Amino acid sequence: MAIWCADLALDRWRHAENCQRGEGADAAPLALIAETAHGPRIDAANAAAREAGAAKGMMLADARTLCPSLDVRPSDPAGDLAFLERLALWAQRWGPWSAIDPPDGVLVDVTAVAHLFGGERRLLADVKARCSARGLSVRTAIAPTAGAAWALAHYAASGAVLAPGDDMQARLADLPVAALRLDSDVLLVLRRLGLKRLSDLAGIEEGCDRKGYNDLRGRDALQRRFRNRKSPSANPLIRMDQLLDRVPEPLLPVVPVTAPMVQRRLLEPIWHRQLLDRVVADLAADMARTLEAKGEGARRLQLGLWRVDGEVLTRELEMAAATRDPAHICRLFADRLDDTDAGFGIEMLRLRAAWSQPLGLDQADLEAAAEQHGTSLAACMDRLTTRLGTAAVQRPVPRASHIPERAQGWQPPLEPEPVEQHQLAFHTRPLKLLERPERISVLYAAPEGYPRRFSWRGEVCEVTRVEGPERIAPEWWREKGSARLRDYYRVEDEAGRRYWIYRNGLPTDGRGGMPDWYLQGLFG
Amino acid sequence: MDAGTLPKATLPKAAELGLRVAYNPRWQPGAPLPLHSEIFAPATQGAGAGAALAFLQTALRGNNDEAALLEECNVLWVQDARAIKLGGRPYRAGLPEALRHRVIHVAAKTPEDALFAMEEGLRCRDLAAVVGEVAGNPRAMDFIASRRLTLTAEKHGVPLLLVRLDAEADLSSARMRWRLASVPSSPPRWNIAAPGRPVWCAQLFRARSHLTGEWILRDEPQGLAAERIPTATTPDHGDLVRGPGARSLAAR
Repeated sequence: MAIWCADLALDRWRHAENCQRGEGADAAPLALIAETAHGPRIDAANAAAREAGAAKGMMLADARTLCPSLDVRPSDPAGDLAFLERLALWAQRWGPWSAIDPPDGVLVDVTAVAHLFGGERRLLADVKARCSARGLSVRTAIAPTAGAAWALAHYAASGAVLAPGDDMQARLADLPVAALRLDSDVLLVLRRLGLKRLSDLAGIEEGCDRKGYNDLRGRDALQRRFRNRKSPSANPLIRMDQLLDRVPEPLLPVVPVTAPMVQRRLLEPIWHRQLLDRVVADLAADMARTLEAKGEGARRLQLGLWRVDGEVLTRELEMAAATRDPAHICRLFADRLDDTDAGFGIEMLRLRAAWSQPLGLDQADLEAAAEQHGTSLAACMDRLTTRLGTAAVQRPVPRASHIPERAQGWQPPLEPEPVEQHQLAFHTRPLKLLERPERISVLYAAPEGYPRRFSWRGEVCEVTRVEGPERIAPEWWREKGSARLRDYYRVEDEAGRRYWIYRNGLPTDGRGGMPDWYLQGLFG
Repeated sequence: MDAGTLPKATLPKAAELGLRVAYNPRWQPGAPLPLHSEIFAPATQGAGAGAALAFLQTALRGNNDEAALLEECNVLWVQDARAIKLGGRPYRAGLPEALRHRVIHVAAKTPEDALFAMEEGLRCRDLAAVVGEVAGNPRAMDFIASRRLTLTAEKHGVPLLLVRLDAEADLSSARMRWRLASVPSSPPRWNIAAPGRPVWCAQLFRARSHLTGEWILRDEPQGLAAERIPTATTPDHGDLVRGPGARSLAAR
């Protein structure tokens, strides 16, 4: 079943203004406009304005010349879409699932449903009555496919019913090609080709021309004409097949998602930490029950604290793994509630699981010793991130790069490791890498040769052993052309300290003067 | 397996101590890792972290029956901001092969945060070990803090290796306290001009169940190799009461 709210924007506006159709503010010519790059353009016009000559898609300046008294209001496409989503959910009273059909339609699956309402006609009458009670002017149709229902709703008389036994092609033959839900440029092409009605297109599809003679070239020609158009809304052949149920048309149903939420309204406002902890513990226990009923665990929790003086404090928590353990949740919130300013008291608390993941029931007491013995890894990570922040608790992961500091990235500790190409194992890498390479002054025999002695942090190191250079070229696809190559050396001084140093560039590479030396890593 | 690595020692502490000293008065590379050890190392060397990982790997390799269990357990590596500034962060490509994918790094801003992170790590039953790196002698790292760490580690059986960079050996309840420095490495086989595998001079200056001594530790691919440096003279007992740092209450 397709429900087309032909006048959605104006119906919403009338609802907001609380006036009936053609009365009050709606009696005068009025248009809803949207600002475009070329000036205001009319999105919707009411009956009086249409009579005066204004039409949808017209520039406001043109409409004003026709009807100087035209009143304008801004249109609200985002609000219309949000309303349409709610309408699609509401429309599930007539069928098990529904999909929105932007910008102004709803599709409802009413397969094997109509008899509950006394047949298709009475179902459509019910839809009409309910919608007009809400102030919506709708046009409806029922057909075996979503495409056919949409076409009938938009281009046939309202309340059209196409029963499964009917000859679909014959019923749809007189509709214009616009009933195929095509883009405007495709419609233009079809009009230029002289294909105006669905029967024209159907004839070509079937491989016979208007007089009924066989002519397979037509379909081939259309196929060639639209061979690059993969999207259904740009390809009339695909749309035609969807309309006639030759290919399936997947729709995205609207599914209401409600975040599990528990709240406590308090008889007396509280401003003591002890009581607050008590209420949070109650909320956590409620939340655990709610989540357990759904078989889920929370990943993100939001705690809202409503104060008597109208302020709302929120505390947010993100867990490393899905959990619903009330004690754990309480403990994590206890760290976050330290800086709470209760003011004149907190009168309501609400805990909401904004992000939850499936979490099966687990047996709690199987390994009682292990349970008492310590925390799990996920709980440990949660405690650490709650106090130290997410940026402080991370796992080093390899990245695809030759530059040493770029070859290592950081990610949250419990995420799976990214897939990587195996690192080359024949280079020795230091155990620890300094945050940023530190400049050192080096004494060498030849500028391109081995370092002899260097000073770092005020200490002089006599180099006794060297290995190198390992030359790492700059990544030209990331850096500027003036970036210099690096020659890495592993060095050991007479005291046995082992370092990883590099010379940034060559004296003769023409990218600056004498190269600098840097110390980047420490070996074990 | 030794009682020291078990979470809950079955024997009373005194008897265990007596047994072990009777069996093995001197430290050996295969000796069980105590649950709380401290390693003092200069911040300008990677010796502290390198030796901590070498001790850890030897311990993980040593108890084979638990090896399968510990194989995929993570290692928590906690550093405070000053330690990161002085010695840098762990670099994955340079870590030992077996530990590379198991390191979780915690960059704590203050020593207090680092202590909190280490304690939380010790409480976690899914961790193989906790490695801490704290620079200097911050006020928070006092005897009470180290006692807390020891008790937590012994309660939950997760070993802690605390690397103290550029620090004085102050009061601590660590079961083993090492002082480490790099020494010239043994020349590798194919290029004698190149630096070889790490070698450290390690001085065990306080231990609960071993005699103190000095070793040359080599980090070989098979495990830790130790070579004892014989002390020339008998220990000078007049030297013991030098400062509060030399007299650990727990080490007796």
